[in-house]
Amino acid sequence: MSTTTSVDSGDEIKALATIRRGMQLSPELSKGLGVTLLLAVLSTVGQVVIPIVVQQTLDRGLNGPDGPDTGFMLRMGLIAAGAIVLTSGASYLMTARLFRAAESGLATLRIKAFRHVHDLPLLTQNTERRGALVSRVTSDVDQVSQFLVFGGVMMIVSLGQILVATVIMVFYSWQLALVVWICFAPLMMSLRFFQQRLSAAYGVVRQQVGIMLSAVSEPVVGAAVVKAYAVEARTQQRIDTAIRANQDAATKAQGFTAFSFSLGGLSGGLANAGVIIIGIWLGFAGDITAGEVVAFAFLVTLFVSPVQMGTQILTDAQNAIAGWRRVIGILDTPADLVDPGESGEVLPRGPIDVALVNVSFAYPSGPTVLHDVSMHIEAGTRVAIVGETGSGKSTFAKLLTRLMDPASGEIRLDGLDVRNIRQDSLRRSVVLVPQEGFLFDDTLRANALYGRLDASDDLVLASAAELGLADWVDGLPHGLDTRVGQRGESLSAGERQLVALLRAHLVDPDLLVLDEATSAVDPQLEMRIGRALERLMQGRTSVTIAHRMSTAENADEVVVVDRGRIVQRGPHASLLEDPDSVYAGLHASWVAQQGSTA
Amino acid sequence: MREGFAVLGVAIRREPWIFTVSTLGSVLFGALTVADAWVLGWSTEHAVIPAFENGEIGAGVLWAVFGLFVGVAILRAVGIVARRLGAGIMQYRMQAHSRREVTRQYLDLPMEWHQRHPTGQLLSNANSDVEAAWFPIAPLPMAVGTVAMMVIAIVQMLLADVVLALVGLLVFPVVVVANVVYQRTSSPLMTRAQQLRAEVSEIAHESFDGAMVVKTLGREGEETERFAERVHELRDVLIKAGRIRAMFDPTISALPNIGVLVVLGTGVARVLDGSTDAGAVVTVAYLLTIVSFPIRSIGWLLGEFPRSVVGYERVQAVLDARGDMAYGAATVEAAGAGADLQVERLAYAYDEEQPVLRDVTFGVAPGRTTALVGATASGKSTLTNLITRLVDPDEGAVRIDGTDLRDLDRGELARVLSVVPQTAFMFDDTVRGNITLGGDFTDDEVWDSLRTAQADGFVAGLPHGLDTELGERGTSLSGGQRQRVSLARALIRRPRLLVLDDATSAVDPEVEARILGGLRQNGSDTTLVVVAYRKATIGLADEVLHLADGRIAGRGTHEELLERSPDYATLVNAYEQQAAGETA
Repeated sequence: MSTTTSVDSGDEIKALATIRRGMQLSPELSKGLGVTLLLAVLSTVGQVVIPIVVQQTLDRGLNGPDGPDTGFMLRMGLIAAGAIVLTSGASYLMTARLFRAAESGLATLRIKAFRHVHDLPLLTQNTERRGALVSRVTSDVDQVSQFLVFGGVMMIVSLGQILVATVIMVFYSWQLALVVWICFAPLMMSLRFFQQRLSAAYGVVRQQVGIMLSAVSEPVVGAAVVKAYAVEARTQQRIDTAIRANQDAATKAQGFTAFSFSLGGLSGGLANAGVIIIGIWLGFAGDITAGEVVAFAFLVTLFVSPVQMGTQILTDAQNAIAGWRRVIGILDTPADLVDPGESGEVLPRGPIDVALVNVSFAYPSGPTVLHDVSMHIEAGTRVAIVGETGSGKSTFAKLLTRLMDPASGEIRLDGLDVRNIRQDSLRRSVVLVPQEGFLFDDTLRANALYGRLDASDDLVLASAAELGLADWVDGLPHGLDTRVGQRGESLSAGERQLVALLRAHLVDPDLLVLDEATSAVDPQLEMRIGRALERLMQGRTSVTIAHRMSTAENADEVVVVDRGRIVQRGPHASLLEDPDSVYAGLHASWVAQQGSTA
Repeated sequence: MREGFAVLGVAIRREPWIFTVSTLGSVLFGALTVADAWVLGWSTEHAVIPAFENGEIGAGVLWAVFGLFVGVAILRAVGIVARRLGAGIMQYRMQAHSRREVTRQYLDLPMEWHQRHPTGQLLSNANSDVEAAWFPIAPLPMAVGTVAMMVIAIVQMLLADVVLALVGLLVFPVVVVANVVYQRTSSPLMTRAQQLRAEVSEIAHESFDGAMVVKTLGREGEETERFAERVHELRDVLIKAGRIRAMFDPTISALPNIGVLVVLGTGVARVLDGSTDAGAVVTVAYLLTIVSFPIRSIGWLLGEFPRSVVGYERVQAVLDARGDMAYGAATVEAAGAGADLQVERLAYAYDEEQPVLRDVTFGVAPGRTTALVGATASGKSTLTNLITRLVDPDEGAVRIDGTDLRDLDRGELARVLSVVPQTAFMFDDTVRGNITLGGDFTDDEVWDSLRTAQADGFVAGLPHGLDTELGERGTSLSGGQRQRVSLARALIRRPRLLVLDDATSAVDPEVEARILGGLRQNGSDTTLVVVAYRKATIGLADEVLHLADGRIAGRGTHEELLERSPDYATLVNAYEQQAAGETA
């Protein structure tokens, strides 16, 4: 199985395919589109009818052969007024519907993309820049919305006008209509060339926005380090570079836009000249009158302006499509941890029996971290995993809790392959407490309840008491209502770990995996929590990635990992029997360190 | 509307040249659009009609026709390029200006401000608010360019018939009123929309940051709901704003047409009573239709104002934020022996009712090591934040070599002090970049510091060694590895005062022992302040400060404290007591 670590850039998706895919993902966009288009056509009626009516009124009403014809003018005035009302009404309905369809559709797209980010493999989430991911569900979508509500209909209206103008031109003189089209042919052909350039240029723009956001997030998230090391100037310089790159990319894209737009005007001039010259020549052949040539020249303007408008919108569209593509790119990145869903297995409650069968794992383009590991943990036992930093201990924890799937081999919980277990069942029964427990910018209560929303305050406080944390909670300024700050930064690292433990305890899991979960709390508290955890582990299976040998000493069984392999396992006492073993070495250095000054 | 123009005024004052160029481009474009009509008239008169009458035409005339049309078209294309490219350059320049200003402000504002402002919101200020603020620059030159066209048309109207012209020009005050109504109704919605955009970005940022917790607890569904709630609110606000826009746009388009009808009606009456002739009515009506295009393009401009003003104000709010740390002018010796640290009667509270530190006084003599020991939440981290001046004390002072930290010039403290925080922060850079932070260090120095931090082994094993990119927040490293890189970052600076805030908590005890050994071995006489729990670390200290409830509960050597303070003994001997309890 190959593991992807980067989000699909979506670069290879073609413009039309992007729009088709986008419409599919947001069904709201195509719902009622027919009516909206009809309204769009109606709203253009006014643009054609009103000038004609005014022209007629002036020619035949005001300058009539017998002086002003008030009756005719009144009739025409009423027609014009009717046309204005119709056009305005249609235009209002069209725009309102368009906003509704576009914003609803894009809201759906945003939510789908957001959800998909959470379904991506942990590795992909970690490699991808946060700012870039955020920009895909925020500014990229905004870009699409701006285009859809302003450009979308204009484009359709322009196409309609081009069609109508062509029909009228052909009606006057098919030869001259051909001349006009030939004059515009280079533009139409070069459009494709420009579209590709523009598409690439705007792709770069959208990408640069993501990079810029990442750069901006650095001094915001890492404010403390930036300040402590006084590296403001360097940080600013890095941001300035990103801002500059973004500005340059946008300006370059704008250059293409301007040039491609100006081509429309050039073609218009060419067409006008062509119509006059070829018209005269046709006149010599007797195919056309002078009046018709002049009238035709006016028709060309009717053709040129929508073409220009169309080119402009088409170029603006590239920016939107580039954004759309990036959002779709997220959805096209495979979520490798596939939830079997309804058809999946459900873990029975009660302590879980764990088995690893020939499990290997390697990070993409990295060395193999676990080599063909097989192990069985009986239900209800407490296992400690020890080993040096980088020995593969944490990978172990992530595989057990299915944050990642093994490259080969199988992990079985109660005999079921984890890949076949429904996610909701798995997350209900198996909990990992990581070393750095992330907290949300909310109250302590909300963070504790994160894994179990329905728990009452009493239950939260009781759980805290069981873990020996009652004093700590009481000591906080507002108890459970204390706000923890962004990423929990109002609390110390140790306190964040306490919240993460409380959170896990409330879930009441059947398999508890602790990955150095108390490394930052003080020894006294850690010991107290350790004792509490031992009580809690009764009736559950637990796997503890241990950083203190005291944890290992109390486990039913110790598993020693060294360079991705299990080198020893058994109870603490028996492992110490061989003084040359890896475990004995680890233990000796721990004891030496503890005892150094006691 | 006034605020909208004020925002544009800022842009024009900032970029007068490029604005002039793009406006001239727009004027050129407008003038040549009129010229096009003239060329068509000329061609009709000098080529088409004579040709049809005479049945022949000279090649010279045909060339003239061709040349005129194409020449005008080329010039007009130049106008378009100047206008659009100019507007684009101006818009992107203004965006870049604002972004630089905003991010400079982020770097200037103190920690305390940062703690109050969520990351997602700050990202939104630098991105979507800046974009919104300068969005009207795009249609600006077009609108300004057409004003010229409008003025000419209005003058001609007045010359034709003053009364009819005035009737026709009634359109303008109505346009203004329509705009005022539009701004009034849509501004609150736009304000809410930008706010919601920021909240959406905030939730996305936080949620992606905590992706692992979301996954481990299977909370994807609830997270999506939380996000969806705001997204739906944003959607509803935008749809509501869209409905108002949907009313505004056709109104602006219809007004000139209504004006023409009114002019015609009035005109007929005036022609009938002989006050004017039909020609004047035609002229005024025709000119009014010409004016309708500028009115629309100005309408587009005005239509963008509410969003622009809101974005600008949100950006301005960041720029106006005060609370910058004040700096003095004092300097300190950057090189040399350990620094002298004095902490005097320090008090600090995040929350008035619950002081975190009270009356903390101690000193660390040059080259000595002091360990801060205390239970979780006893105030140790706050104390290190005060010593490193991430925050300023409510009372008391921290002095380095006798100088109050608040009197030091900006950047001075960092020249003598390095801190290794509890949670290591990695920049999106290479290993080398993360250690040097742009400072002037040789690779040998980098490797030396990595060796002392016990990080040389794993760094050597990375695919590109020092040049390995660590990714955003260094997610490719483990917690312990990040701590060691962070430690190397501090060590390479050979600080005269080094503060380690439980900086090796994620490192194995064995590795930690080697790190601590290395710190003192190199004959360094750095003054050292360590927050620690492990006895091996505490054992290195010349003096131990026992912190409890924000006060110094005891001080002395480790042995003295063990003897004197049962609380201290319980705290640091927890592991042995546990072990003893098990074996007993």
